[in-house]
Amino acid sequence: MNKKQKKTLYRIIISAILLITVNLIPVEGYLALILNLIPYLVIGYDILIKAFFGVKNLRPFDENFLMAAATVGAIILGEYTEAVAVMLFYQIGELFQSVAVGKSRKNISSLMDIRPDYANLLFENGETQEVDPDEVEIGSVIVIKPGEKVPIDGIIVEGTSNLDTSALTGESLPKQVSQGDEITSGSVNLSGLITVKTTKEFGESTVSKILELVENASSRKSKSENFITKFARIYTPAVCFSALTLAVTPPIISMFLGNAPEWSIWIYRALTFLVISCPCALVISIPLGFFACIGGASSEGILIKGSNFIETLANAKYVIFDKTGTLTKGVFEVTEISPVGISQENLLEYAAIAECYSSHPIGESLIRAYGKDIDKGRISDVKEISGKGVSAFIDGKRVCVGNSKLMQEIGAAFSECDKSGTVVYVSVDGKYCGYILISDVIKETAESAVKSLKSSGFKKTVMLTGDNKNTALSVAKELCIDVVHAELLPQDKVSLVEKYIAEKPDKDKFIFVGDGINDAPVLARADIGIAMGGIGSDAAIEAADVVLMDDNPEKISKAARIAKKCMGIVYQNIVFAIGIKLLCLILAAQGYADMWIGIFADVGVMVIAVLNAVRTLNVKNF
Amino acid sequence: MKKKYNIEVDCANCAQKMEDATNKIEGIKSAVVSFMAQKMTVEFEEGADEKAVMTEVLKACKKVERDCEIEF
Repeated sequence: MNKKQKKTLYRIIISAILLITVNLIPVEGYLALILNLIPYLVIGYDILIKAFFGVKNLRPFDENFLMAAATVGAIILGEYTEAVAVMLFYQIGELFQSVAVGKSRKNISSLMDIRPDYANLLFENGETQEVDPDEVEIGSVIVIKPGEKVPIDGIIVEGTSNLDTSALTGESLPKQVSQGDEITSGSVNLSGLITVKTTKEFGESTVSKILELVENASSRKSKSENFITKFARIYTPAVCFSALTLAVTPPIISMFLGNAPEWSIWIYRALTFLVISCPCALVISIPLGFFACIGGASSEGILIKGSNFIETLANAKYVIFDKTGTLTKGVFEVTEISPVGISQENLLEYAAIAECYSSHPIGESLIRAYGKDIDKGRISDVKEISGKGVSAFIDGKRVCVGNSKLMQEIGAAFSECDKSGTVVYVSVDGKYCGYILISDVIKETAESAVKSLKSSGFKKTVMLTGDNKNTALSVAKELCIDVVHAELLPQDKVSLVEKYIAEKPDKDKFIFVGDGINDAPVLARADIGIAMGGIGSDAAIEAADVVLMDDNPEKISKAARIAKKCMGIVYQNIVFAIGIKLLCLILAAQGYADMWIGIFADVGVMVIAVLNAVRTLNVKNF
Repeated sequence: MKKKYNIEVDCANCAQKMEDATNKIEGIKSAVVSFMAQKMTVEFEEGADEKAVMTEVLKACKKVERDCEIEF
């Protein structure tokens, strides 16, 4: 509790004791009024002052005014105890609300406690100095000790260590890093001392970007939040006027009918009306629910950029994937080695050596798969045959590595392979020796990602790709994707997505998932754009509405489940709070509810709604 | 110019009212008060004097909630 809250707590205790004491003293009339005014003023003076200034500043209809009017009215009617009690419970409710909100705010910010406080700048003479991360320039060298946060994005120049990236990705397994690896700020160095050359300024680093995203998230309001704001704006004056009508009309009518007007009964009912009417349960619990949800999701490595996106995400029924980088890793790997007449190892060795001067992805993946150091003394007379492959002399033998055209050119007898991916044929001294299949590898989590989307109620999954049909179909088949569009150019993707938007029913939203390499326009066009934040480009993270920090496609359905749960809780609160209030208002108008029920309808409902809203923080179980 | 300030505000309703009040002040292009993050994000008009504008903003916010504070 902070100072303000403690002060309120003391005032509540003192005034509660005073109220009980005063009630034990058998006094009547003015003396009772004066005695009761003591606890009333102790607990309510600030409300009265605020109400006064509210009227003075021409903003009369706020909750302070409602409370002041209700309690002062009750005192005039001689209901002293009830006046004090109403004020007392109102303050208890306010205190509870501020503690609960403060607590969840703290919880959420500790989830996002990734802001580094300092960086250890390394000077050329070997000394280090702690400086503000903001002051570190690009290309500076910093030292990160075990236990410290990585303050700025960079590349390791010395040392090996394990990094805890859980605050960024929700991934609990530490990541091994060593010299030459890129590391992102916000992760925690667990084991070894590492020296890092910075590649970005602090303001451009991952950690700053994420904090900015999350902080800005709560300023993008959802429809339900806007509804509540508008509702509160109309609701409070409306209730005040109906209270006034309730106080005045029935007595006047009964006077005309020749009966006793019974002013005090109707005024009491009107005051109860005022107590019930406070809109705080709604006004506080709805944004709190969204905020907690955004905070909880970010602890799972899912950054949602605003409450409005939670709403849309909850209604998502279609998913369109961009294949590369989303369902597949976006890196080429050797997936099959099929030799003829020689061993697998030899085949790969020949191919790798032949490609040892190459820099294109296919060559690189062959060299990576071979994994051993290549003795460049074994190779001579390397010729790059554009669009076909490479020929070279290795250990005195003529080796050709390339596509089917190359094989046809040298007249090797080979059998065409129609598997998906890129096929590299190898011949030695004009004799065909087999092929190596290189393809983009499907992510381990991709299959279960698609499955869990289906089971969480998604109607259709679509895959777009620029790759050839064979590759696309085989990936789609393996992952059980419903529709595939292959051999697309970037602009085709936009028009295809627009076609889908036009065809689907308006209330069903669709998600586009991409890594942002040339699909940023589509990300922006979709109802919800989800970007892979780990490998995605900055432009993608900018254009997307949701960012998955660990590139795991399983998180798509998780995000949808979190959003649904959050919206469920928000709707519960709206219906529950408005429902109970309406019910109590009707009861109060007919005289069945007294001020005590009024207090429950106000404070009790708020407490329950706040507790319910905080449940959205608990995303682990969704 | 866009700036972010820490703001102390006690109720969500008041935060909304402060946002409305701030948006009416001269020199402010747009303002958003986030009750949850206790942050006020302000976009100033071209050439506005930040200090002077923010003094007005604070005054307007104090009218909504007397003990509100903005760090600027």
